[in-house]
Amino acid sequence: MTANNQNTDREVLIRAEGLEKHFKGGEIKALDGIDAEVYKGEVVVVIGPSGSGKSTFLRCLNLLEVPTGGKVYFEGTDITDPKTNINVHRQKMGMVFQHFNLFPHMTILRNMTIAPMKLHKLSREEAEKKATALLERVGLADRAHAYPSQLSGGQKQRIAIVRALCMDPEVMLFDEPTSALDPEMVGEVLDVMKQLARDGMTMVVVTHEMGFAREVGDRVIFMDYGKIVEENVPELIFTKPGSERLRNFLAKVL
Amino acid sequence: MTDLALWFEKMKDNFILNFIADNRWRYLWEGLKITLKVTFFAVLIGIAIGVVVAVIRSTYDQTAETARKGFGRMLLGLLNGVCKLYLTVIRGTPVVVQLMITYYVIFVSSNDKVMVAILAFGINSGAYVAEIVRSGIMSIDRGQFEAGRSLGFNYVQTMWNIIIPQAFKNVLPALANEFIVLLKETSVSGFIGLQDLTKGGDIIRSRTYSAFMPLIGVAIIYLVMVMFFSWLVGKLERRLRIGDR
Repeated sequence: MTANNQNTDREVLIRAEGLEKHFKGGEIKALDGIDAEVYKGEVVVVIGPSGSGKSTFLRCLNLLEVPTGGKVYFEGTDITDPKTNINVHRQKMGMVFQHFNLFPHMTILRNMTIAPMKLHKLSREEAEKKATALLERVGLADRAHAYPSQLSGGQKQRIAIVRALCMDPEVMLFDEPTSALDPEMVGEVLDVMKQLARDGMTMVVVTHEMGFAREVGDRVIFMDYGKIVEENVPELIFTKPGSERLRNFLAKVL
Repeated sequence: MTDLALWFEKMKDNFILNFIADNRWRYLWEGLKITLKVTFFAVLIGIAIGVVVAVIRSTYDQTAETARKGFGRMLLGLLNGVCKLYLTVIRGTPVVVQLMITYYVIFVSSNDKVMVAILAFGINSGAYVAEIVRSGIMSIDRGQFEAGRSLGFNYVQTMWNIIIPQAFKNVLPALANEFIVLLKETSVSGFIGLQDLTKGGDIIRSRTYSAFMPLIGVAIIYLVMVMFFSWLVGKLERRLRIGDR
């Protein structure tokens, strides 16, 4: 489970090649040539100061943000190719947002079943059975018929995670999942994510939770100014930072 | 006292003359049916046109920076231009003129006045509904759209299942207002000789040479319809608010 042997015996799930995202005709370079791989079953944690491009990088992986240059391969398919039907691939890439983005006009159960029913053509019974099982796993089975506005932030984010899981994704992308939460609710969301990691889910997590990165991450990517500055196993990132910029960053957040 | 009794007596005679004699109430009844029919189908057309135009316009605006250049973008630009022209022409001319152009110029060979009125009022209403719905779509947080897309819904599915229902709830009061206006606007149908409720009252007036009863009667019928409709919308609004705290 170290970074060194991954290249040889593990399957690449996502590969980013020379990823660029420029705004205002190249004046602002949110991403400035990113090469990265995500292997099946690993947890990649992306850290970096705000404005470093880590969220943009994550959002480029499922093309919520369309890169201005470079390519993204998912399961070997170039999803940045305009001829690729991105919707099919997005069904296998679950995403969790900073602000939860639950659908406020639907019950929790409907939030979770709408996509499997419409996209995987599951029957209502099948979809609800699956959703209920997932709700039990995160301890929210009793809220199935509540509306999002009746839940706390931590509960909302746990629902957002299981909503994405209802589509049986191959990989889960987390965009600062705990940044909008009150401190006492961060733990419950991280616990769900840890459980997910233990179950072998492939995860890419953009976060400021260094404890999580250290404990759960298989690999940590440190970004700054739209570039990957350092990439290593968590122990080495946190104990032997190789660059001045990472040392400065860690000094501020730890 | 006798004065008041006399006045009541006169009113009663007036009522009988205008509504009961020769079954004149039937002008109002038949007219009411036409008014309701025209309004109902014009509302349907208005919503259909309005939603399509609103989706095209807001899609064009929201993807202005991110879209790849190509055929799709060009087509969208063209559609957006057509929609803008439609909005400008329809909102820039009076509905009576549009109604008469539809009847006397476009459907010159058709004598189906109800159909012409439905089309003219529907197309007119569509322009106003479009801008109302567009403001609703713009009011929905972008995260909702991204959440839908990230689950694998395509653009249209996301719009239809996630954005439009929320937008609809937000604009319901404005939309209800538009339909009240539309119901009353159909009263100009008499310009193409369609015997709607207003025209019915006017026919009675021309027969009995008394204006008070038929016109007040017509006014009361409109008022009751609008009040009933407002009550209905209020109920719907409360139902749609279930998800809000």
